Amino acid sequence: MTHEELEEIASTEKERQKSFPRHIHVCTAAACLSQRSDQVKAGLEAQLKERELDQRCLVKGVGCMGLCAAGPLVSIEPDGLLYQNVRPPEETSDTAEIVDAIDRAPVSRLQLSPDLPFFKEQQKIVLENSGRIDPESIEDYIASSGYEALLKAITSMSPAEVIEQVSKSGLRGRGGAGYPTGLKWSTVAKAGSDGGVKYVICNADEGDPGAFMDRSVLESDPQRVLEGMAIAAYAVGASRGYIYVRAEYPLAIKRLKTAIKQAEKLGLLGDRIGDSNFSFRIEIRLGAGAFVCGEETALIASVEGKRGQPRSRPPYPAQQGLWQSPTLINNVETYANVAPIIRKGGQWYASLGTEKSKGTKVFALAGRVANTGLIEVPMGISLRDIIFKLGGGIPGGRRFKAAQTGGPSGGCVPEQFLDMPVDYESLAKVGSIMGSGGLIVMDDSSCMVDVAKFFMDFCQSESCGKCVPCRVGTVHMYNILEKIVRGQALPNDLELLESLCDSVKMTSLCGLGQTAPNPVLSTLQYFRDEYLAHIDQHHCSAGVCSMPKPAALAEVEA
Amino acid sequence: MQAYPAVSPPSDDKRWRIVEGTMRRHGRQADSLIEVLHTVQESFGYLDQPSLQFVARSLRLPYSKVFGVATFYHFFTLKPKGLHTCVVCTGTACYIKGSPALLRSVEETAQIKPGETTPDNQVSLITARCIGSCGLAPAVVFDGEISARVQPEDMAQRMRRWLHHDA
Repeated sequence: MTHEELEEIASTEKERQKSFPRHIHVCTAAACLSQRSDQVKAGLEAQLKERELDQRCLVKGVGCMGLCAAGPLVSIEPDGLLYQNVRPPEETSDTAEIVDAIDRAPVSRLQLSPDLPFFKEQQKIVLENSGRIDPESIEDYIASSGYEALLKAITSMSPAEVIEQVSKSGLRGRGGAGYPTGLKWSTVAKAGSDGGVKYVICNADEGDPGAFMDRSVLESDPQRVLEGMAIAAYAVGASRGYIYVRAEYPLAIKRLKTAIKQAEKLGLLGDRIGDSNFSFRIEIRLGAGAFVCGEETALIASVEGKRGQPRSRPPYPAQQGLWQSPTLINNVETYANVAPIIRKGGQWYASLGTEKSKGTKVFALAGRVANTGLIEVPMGISLRDIIFKLGGGIPGGRRFKAAQTGGPSGGCVPEQFLDMPVDYESLAKVGSIMGSGGLIVMDDSSCMVDVAKFFMDFCQSESCGKCVPCRVGTVHMYNILEKIVRGQALPNDLELLESLCDSVKMTSLCGLGQTAPNPVLSTLQYFRDEYLAHIDQHHCSAGVCSMPKPAALAEVEA
Repeated sequence: MQAYPAVSPPSDDKRWRIVEGTMRRHGRQADSLIEVLHTVQESFGYLDQPSLQFVARSLRLPYSKVFGVATFYHFFTLKPKGLHTCVVCTGTACYIKGSPALLRSVEETAQIKPGETTPDNQVSLITARCIGSCGLAPAVVFDGEISARVQPEDMAQRMRRWLHHDA
């Protein structure tokens, strides 16, 4: 595959699409599919055929359009119309009305304004193709500048130059910890100079409860991730790649398989890519429902077919990873950022975001917020803007209580920090983490002690059992929290809980244990009065926990 | 490469051919263990001792290792499931929006807890860490189909229908 051949595929595909004056996009990502968007798509196609409009209108299944709460979503281009909650033909006449409205006034009953802050305030880099291209067509991806970056890297840049651009971009690991991507790449590039095999792994084991960014990216634009991995492989000198993806994401797996096949067929993956000496193959490995496998050494063990237990570092995977060879591991979203950086230059990417956190971040907005769905915003935006502008605020007139970021490794950010910029450092300062991008909004109907217990329940059951502090400590912390929400806790239990948090944090082997106390610590820091009310007065202000009246109080009342 | 005698599957069930296909595709390498277990579970619904022993022999791995992997990962199950399965998502978003009430509703109508199957083998209740459909919270997967914004009463109704064998 050469530049000319790639351009030819792109222009043929563009011509083909141009021959249809109108494009109807139907979201076929998991959330809309579960609301039967496949039947909506079939309904639209049938209606067009019936009216002999199928030569003028192209119906295309596309990736996630973001606003999952209003799905299934349908958009009409180039009119820029957006329809929400479109029901399949068996239920309503929605599809017929939409087709009837082509060239006429839109169906106002279903219309959703694309000028909503939810859409307007976003800045899309990772998701630029989501909701626009067909995730099962490599031609559509190529027509949207796909694989330009890979060929540019292979034919006109040295591996060192690729790494230089990535370093210059300031991109940091989007899996949550925020390690500088360029630095990681150059460590792997320097490792094992004896010409041995190196590996590139994509971590798509999105285990945080409440996060679905990686799923959406894989379902909406799988080629983008493959291209990012191939560029990374070229830069660090790897020839084999693995995508470790959750078995719970069947649609993402299916689209990845299709994408790999299509890329191999066009010679964009495989031997001697772009007539160079660079060869790269990608295989899929399925996870099997172990949260700890998001940790890189545990993930490597799992790819090797073993129990996913972490080991102590160093040696880091960059030196000794998969089968003891130097291995680069990045998250889905990190790889999805690579192609635009190579195409437009590191300088361009570095001009977005804040001083230390560059670019954009994808968040999965969920919980007690009006507009649940997927958003991509520039780093440094305030939490208030995310929740109240894009998210449309808290439904039902309730009061905002906290935003949870980083899943079981993160914390709860209370109201007083709503105007804080969202970047790696600011979130760490208030006791949470950026995490992979799950952002759960809670209102006053959530009890913070109960939320802490929820996360501790998660951690104690997901602890792999290798090291004692995590295996035993998380269970004890859970038991104490359980006592508190049942009104059986003693005053010194809080002290014990805090000291356990400290021990588990300091002495656990891997990130799971080291961060497991975070949800407890951050709720203790900002909502200590709720803990005390549970212990002393057996009172839960959110009304979630039912507790017997304290003996002393019961006596007084009697 | 050394040739090993072929291991014959536990029964002449045709589904073993699918399992053999996966093993062949991976060259019977030890690192394909998880992939092979996925295929067995996909084909038979669960992993029992004869199938684990067959996989162990075919991949030339100790049975202890295969058993260790099968029990380490939550996705694998060693017990057969009921006729109907109900997967309640207990991810954070679903939790905030009321998945505990959904579990209580199943417990009351079908008398089963997460991980259990009714004595008549009609219904299995499973919890999932997060099915990544947080925009639809609380979400439940009934026999492979996702339902959005499920209410406790919907759950109870579905359970009663399934339990009375008229699904």
